[in-house]
Formats: sequence, structure tokens, C-alpha cells
Amino acid sequence: MKALDKKLIRDLWTMRGQAFAIALVIASGVATFVLLVSTMDSLKLMRDSFYREYAFAEVFASLKRAPEGLKERIEDIPGVEQVETRVVADVRLEVSGFGEPVSAMLVSLPTDRPARLNRLHLRQGRLPDPEKTDEAVLSEAFAEAHGLRVGDAITAIIEGRMKEIRIAGIALSPEFILQVRPGALSPDYKRYAIVWMTRDAVEAAYDMDGAFNNVVASLSSGADPSRVITRLDELLARYGALGATTREDQVSHRYLTEEFKQLERSATIFPAIFIGVAAFLLNVVISRTVSTQREQIAALKAFGYGNLAIGLHYVKLISLVAFIGIAVGVVLGAWLGARLSGLYMGFYRFPYLLYELEPRVVLIASAVTGLAALAGTIFAVSRAAALPPAEALRPEPPSRYRQTLLDRLGFGRVLSQPSRMIFRNIERRPVKSLLSVIGISLAGAILIAGIFFGDAVDYLINVQFRLAQREDMRVTFTGPVSWQALYDLEGVEGIYRAEPARSVPARLRFKHRSFRTPVQGVSPENRLQDLLDVELDPVRVPPQGLVLTDYLGSILGAGPGDVVTIEVLEGAKPVVEVPVAMLVKQYIGVAAYMDIAELNRLAGEGRAVTGANLVIDRGLLPEIYDELSDMPKVAGTAVRTDEIRSFYETQAEFLLFFTFIATLLAATIAFGVVYNTARIALSERSRELASLRVLGYTRGEISYILLGELAVLTLASVPLGFLFGSGIAAYLATELGSELFRLPVVIELSTYSMSAAVVLGSAAVSGLIVRRRLDRLDLVEVLKARE
Amino acid sequence: MQRDLVFSIQGLTKVYRMGEVEVHALRGVDLELWSGELIVLLGPSGSGKSTLLNIMGGLDVATGGRVVYRERELTRAGEAELTEYRRFHVGFVFQFYNLIPSLTAKENVAVVTEIAAKPMRPEDALSIVGLSERLDHFPAQLSGGEQQRVAIARAISKNPDVLLCDEPTGALDSETGIVVLEAIDRINRELGTTTAVITHNSDIAGMADRVVHLSNGHISEVISNPVKKTPRELHW
Repeated sequence: MKALDKKLIRDLWTMRGQAFAIALVIASGVATFVLLVSTMDSLKLMRDSFYREYAFAEVFASLKRAPEGLKERIEDIPGVEQVETRVVADVRLEVSGFGEPVSAMLVSLPTDRPARLNRLHLRQGRLPDPEKTDEAVLSEAFAEAHGLRVGDAITAIIEGRMKEIRIAGIALSPEFILQVRPGALSPDYKRYAIVWMTRDAVEAAYDMDGAFNNVVASLSSGADPSRVITRLDELLARYGALGATTREDQVSHRYLTEEFKQLERSATIFPAIFIGVAAFLLNVVISRTVSTQREQIAALKAFGYGNLAIGLHYVKLISLVAFIGIAVGVVLGAWLGARLSGLYMGFYRFPYLLYELEPRVVLIASAVTGLAALAGTIFAVSRAAALPPAEALRPEPPSRYRQTLLDRLGFGRVLSQPSRMIFRNIERRPVKSLLSVIGISLAGAILIAGIFFGDAVDYLINVQFRLAQREDMRVTFTGPVSWQALYDLEGVEGIYRAEPARSVPARLRFKHRSFRTPVQGVSPENRLQDLLDVELDPVRVPPQGLVLTDYLGSILGAGPGDVVTIEVLEGAKPVVEVPVAMLVKQYIGVAAYMDIAELNRLAGEGRAVTGANLVIDRGLLPEIYDELSDMPKVAGTAVRTDEIRSFYETQAEFLLFFTFIATLLAATIAFGVVYNTARIALSERSRELASLRVLGYTRGEISYILLGELAVLTLASVPLGFLFGSGIAAYLATELGSELFRLPVVIELSTYSMSAAVVLGSAAVSGLIVRRRLDRLDLVEVLKARE
Repeated sequence: MQRDLVFSIQGLTKVYRMGEVEVHALRGVDLELWSGELIVLLGPSGSGKSTLLNIMGGLDVATGGRVVYRERELTRAGEAELTEYRRFHVGFVFQFYNLIPSLTAKENVAVVTEIAAKPMRPEDALSIVGLSERLDHFPAQLSGGEQQRVAIARAISKNPDVLLCDEPTGALDSETGIVVLEAIDRINRELGTTTAVITHNSDIAGMADRVVHLSNGHISEVISNPVKKTPRELHW
């Protein structure tokens, strides 16, 4: 090994504390990046291979009823490769020992041949026997939630008739990677299931012999999906079709896409902060190293080492620190990534966990980190390289101090000498002090940005389920039914009030933009449901005109006064033009609202309802379920408090995971910045502090001078961290907002306190470490040694 | 013995700024140095002797005048040429040794031998200055005199054409100083290395072929010693 490289290794060993702290910050950034990107890659990989191996369809359409003969004409559409017609229905299930009704989607499988599209991945058992009409395959998440196994029986209520079903198999499907009830906030594995039965069995139960109500298709490569959809819509129009869609509108696929978007956005912003802080720390440390080694540099130059050789020497030093950080970060990130991917497996149902760390991710992380580290230190390195040797032989000129602002304002007199030293030192290097403050504040900011989700979600749930929706239970009917259904409900013992709900599937158009969403009918007499204005104050639904949620307004680019086209997708499918009356605030979902009477008039139906919001006596819930199970029109029920609970249950593990990581990483940054700042201050000022000790100052007093400065910087960084944190949170909230939900920028006091506590705690720890060094300050040595 | 002209210096001036003031360090210096010669540059602090030595060593650039080293005009050389000149021709010894604290004695010498054209082995260089027993000691484990001798070993290890020493005994007591001067003297005698030694201590002048007095940026006097003393004969 070359002598200069030995110097490098030993220098690094001497500054190991600082190098370690910086490497840790780099490792945090790299780990975050690797964690998020590799998790995203793995999810994509799992999704894509699941889609490929199990032939996930690309075009989806629902309709009322069409003859099987139509299938050939669908197959003839140019661009269509495979077609599978199906019968799909909403059913209710009863699981013995579970008192509540379960909603399920019943999907048919080809009776006597393997499915061409959306094939099942069997976890247990087998596909239903073509000869038996009472066998079914159950979705795994639901079976797990109830501990159901192959051979067990459940009861299905099909068209009002109870039917005993035997479980032949338990499976996963690429169509239901996320098994969530349409319109629900999160998966509820206990109360929502997917059930597959043979086509023959489903046709018989629903009186759909020789007919289908759902079709899926795959496309040949290079086919234009929108042309296929247009042709398909033309073909299906007279069969009560709701309009074909691509994967983009498929529920499970859409959730996944949104998840990828969130991971991707987070994978940019968090690592960027870490790498930025690391670059700053490297700059500070290398600058200091260069100035303490200026005479060594001069000697090397005097012996003929060129600028390049000197520059490279320090670049090697930086690269080594960066390399350690990257290596640790990659290992840590991969480890966490495998954990997080595993966590996702409970949420998204894939056949197997494939965790993959692509070389690309490591390469990008290394390149970005390396470049940032070099960019951060380029000035210090080139200063070292360009140091004129003759000048370097002279000792560094004394630092320039001046009277501080405090002095000039006359406060100087009230400060003690040590306090004056603190403030003069901060003011002497305003840029460095500011950067230190910013660095520490970013630690606080990361913590806030990392855990504000919890606060935002609490707020969002509160607004949606306590302000906007106040019903105890929601009931959905199998389709539009007459108003009489409400009176029937009110006749049930334990149901005190039933308010109408109406949902009309539609496509809204404004100018060149369009969006597919049901229009919800709201009665002005409703007491259980409110629309909220931007101030979250309840507003009454206007008798005429359309009400858009603010998010839908921005998707369509429409505001109050604009005339929007509504294409109703059911019944006679009227197309009407309706002005936007107002925009309302809503954090979950994308919806449009209208007065229920006006909506029914537009849809061309009488006084129809598609659901009801209920006030009930919770004590009578089992009896209510009992009564509802005898009402064939009732397709499903949802209890508000169950929805909230199941939402928190599915989110809890993720929140815990991210809170843990954010806390760890924030502490790393705070520690890294404070420790480095302290060590540099110590090396710059040990002479001065030792001199003070010789003059009779105590250890406590000199510690005050050094650590007091850090305390001032740390305290100043706390409010700044709050500011940055809420800024990043606001940015994230905007970036992560989707059709599924928008995050409000709500940060609770407890989150701010946590951020401050972690920053102050880490600062205190690094302060104590430096304090120990101060106590060991060798007075004579320091004064003897020439700087 | 045929004596070559090693340095030819004409009308050398150097002005540099220190804070708000301009310092005229050299105000027109003319000097010639011959191969194998040992000169002592003598003068009070601020007389310009360090500046002269730094310019001769390619560490600093002149404001005016000419410095020619053999065929090479240093005053017109660029950064790269000066680096090359220092790398292959000059050995430096500094008043404060400038050893690299994280390297042992042997490694401090190796830093130079690794980049030189025809170096001696670091062990040999250290044995010339009498430090064969201290090869693996770090600077902090060596006395001042030993550190300076490592610095001399480092300077001579590349077999330089010229050895430039800036106050090599400035930080040492007289007994240690003499050991260091003996090392310099021995190299000058045995290897024939052209040597310039800066000092403000006139007692050292006795060991020189010529003594150049500087004051206030000028050469005020040049004295040739008919008989050189050995360092042992010096005392202060």
C-alpha cells in the first residue's frame, strides 16, 4: 500500500467518529431509497409475473344480460386476443359463528375447461367439480380471516334463497390482488369475499342460461385499447352495458398503481434530504481536515506531489466514507425492503413473495450519493489542491471576529464573556451556522414528514365518518328499488330511521375531460349525511344543479357555473347537461352529488333508491342482521364503526413501520449534524478552550462555551424544523393525493413534540460525547502544539 | 573539480499582500549557486531569506526578475512544470519538520520515494541521518531532533540535486541542532548535493562555503569561508 494511502486510512481512523456519523447519514439516505424503490420494484415484479402467468385481462365490461352467441362477435373485434364471458353477481354469505352478514362477489369459472383469462392460483384444494353445483373456491384473505379450510361449508344467499356451499379450494386471482369492496376505504377481509363457482352453477342460480353479464378480454400486442373499447361498447350497448374499461379503472389494479406512485414520490424526496445533509456534513468535515492538514499538504507539494494527486487523495477519503455509507445503506435497505415487501403481502395478495434488489437501484443510489458527496466537497478539495505551497507553510491567519449584532444593539453588556463568545462565534460564520441549523432542522422535518400520515389519516377519518357520514349502518340494495324499501327497513325492530341513498353510474364530461363516477342522490331532509364546504361546514344540497367534490372539480377543470355533461350509464342511458352548483370538500373518493329527486328525474326513473342510511339500536344488531337476511333486495351492509376499525387495522402495521424508520433516520441526521458540528468546533477551538482552563475556567464553564453554541443552534433549528416539516408534509400530501383519498395537511401537537424530542435528545447525546472529550483536554499538550 | 552553475538569479523581486499592506520581500536579488556548494543564507526575520528559498524551490513565484535552474527558467515555469521540478530535483527541510503525523518515520520517507525517479530505500535514507532504530515510530513518538532528521532523510531520499533547508535548527536546542547540521553537512560532502541553509543564527555560518547576508530584501554581503568548520566545531 502506498504511504499516502496509509495516511488516508489512519486519517480516517482518527476522524472515525465523524466519518461514522456521516456514513450513517449517507446510509440512511441510501437505505430509504433502496427500501422504497426495491419494494416498489418487487411489488411490480410480483404483480407483473402474477398478471402474466395467470393471464390477467386488459379490458373489462359489465352489462345486464347478453346471449352467449355475442362472444364470437367480441372475439372478432380487431385487437382482441382472448375473450372470457362470465356471470358475476353480488351475493351475501353467512359464516357460522360470525354473526354479521358478509358481502361477496360471485364470479363464474368456465365449467369444463381451464379459464383463459384471470386464472386462479390455488393455495389449497382444487377447482370446483363440473358435476357439482355446490362447490366453490374462496379467496384466501377471507378464508384466512375466518379460519375456513377446504371441506368446510358456508351459506350463500342467492336471489333470496339460501344455498349451502362446500369449499373445494382456496385461491388467489390477479383480478383481486387487493380484495376491496368497491367504494370501500380499505380491505375488510372478514366482511368481503370473492367466491368462484362453475359457470353452470352460477347460470342456474341466476337464471342466466346461455347468457353472460360480464366479459373480460386480453389484447394482442400493439392493439389500441381505446379502439377496442369503442367497438366493444357499440356491441354491448343494447345489452345494458355500463361501458368497458381498461385496467386503469380496475379496482385492484388502480390501488396498486396508486401505491407505486406513493412509493416513487417518497423514494425521491426522503433520500434527497439525507444525501443533501450528508453532502453538507462532508463539506464541513473535509474543509476542516484540509485546514488542519495545510502544512502536510504544503510538504507534499514541496516534494513534488501535484494538484491532482493532492485532490485525489481527499477525493479518496470522501469516497471511502461514501462507500461505507452506501454499503451499509444497501444492506440495511435490502433488509428493510424484504420486511416491507413481506408486510405488503398481507395487504396485496400475491402467490409468492419475490423480493428483488435490482443492480440498477444500487447503481443509482451509489452514483447519486457519490456525486452529491463530491459536489458537496468539491470546493474544499479544490482549495486543498490549489493551496499555494509557500502560503500553506505559513500558519493560518487568525480568525476574524467582530462585534455581534447583540453587541451593537447594546445587549453585549448584559452577557457574560462566555456567552459573548458563543454569539460572536455564531455570527463569525453566519453561513456555516445557518447550514448547521438547517441540517439539524431537516432531522425534525423528516420526522414530521415521516409520521404526519397518522395525524392526517385521523383527521380524514374524522371528517368522513364523523362529520360527513353519521349513520350507524349503511345498506345497499341489489339495484334501484322503490321508496317502499325504506319503509320496510323502518319497520324492522331496532332500526329507528332509514334515509334514502341513490347512486347512478355515470360518466361526467366537461370540455375534453371526462371522469367515470356514480352521481349520488342526496335528500335535503337527510340528517345522517352532510356535504361539507371548504371550511368543513355543512351545506344543504341545492335543489338544482350538480355538486362536485373539489378533487373531481380539478380533474374535470370545472367549477360553479360550468355546464357538465352527464352520461347516465344505466336504464335508458340519457345524456343530460347540468350546471355545477357548488364544490364541496371531501378527502375520500371522487364523487358528484345531486338532489335525489332531481337525480331520479334526470335518470328517468321514479322515486328510486339504491341504498339507505340507518340509525339503529346497536344492542339489537344480531336481530337486525337476521331480519335483513330475509330481505332479498338487500345486497350488503356496512357498519360505520367496523369500517373505521378495519381501516385502522390494515394501516396500523404500515404506520408503525414507517414511524419506526422515520424516527430512526431523523435521530441519525440530528446526531450526525450535531456531533460533527461539535467535533469541528472542538478541534478548531481546543487551544482557546485550553487557554481558558489555564486561566482558571472550570470544565463546566468551557463546556458551556462550546456546547452552549450547539444548544443555541439546536434550539434555533427546532421551529425551523417544524416549518420545513410542514412544508414537506404539504408537498407530500399534494403529491400523494389520488382518486382514492387526499391527505389533509394536519400535524398534531404530539407530532411536533415528538420531532422536537428526537432532535433535542440526539443533540444531547452527541453533546455528552463531546463533553467527555472536553474533560480530557490536555492543557499542556494543546498549548505546546503548533496549530 | 569542474563546477557547474546550478542556480542563476538576477534582479529577483517579490511583493505580496498581507492583509491590507504590501510587503516587498525581495527588492532585486542577484545570486549564483554552484554544484556541490553549501551556502548559508543569513539574516534577521523579514529579511526575505525564506521567500528567496521558496522561489528557488519552486514553492513560490517571483514578481520580477529571473531564476534559472540549470537550463530551466523557473520564473517562466507553470504550475505543472514547477511540480515536476520539485518532484525530481529538490529536497526540502522545514523549520517545523512538516512530517505527516499519521505516518511512521519510514512511511514519511516513502511518501517521497514512491514518486521519485531514482530514490534510495527509505531505510537507507534514515540510516544516513542515524535513525535506523526508529523506522516504525510515529512523529509524536520522536524528539524534535529526530523529527528533523526524518525530515532530512525524507528530503535526501530522492537523491535531489539541491537540498533547501529553512531554519532546520530553529526549533531545536544547540546539541540537537548540531546533530541535524552534521547530517546536512554529511550529505553535502558525501553526495555532493548543492545545499542552501537558512538561518538567523550567525554561528552556523562557519560550516558554509559561502555566507550570503540578506537584509530588507537585498543581499548586503557575501562572504566566502576559506576554511569550512565541521558542525562539531560550531557552538552557540
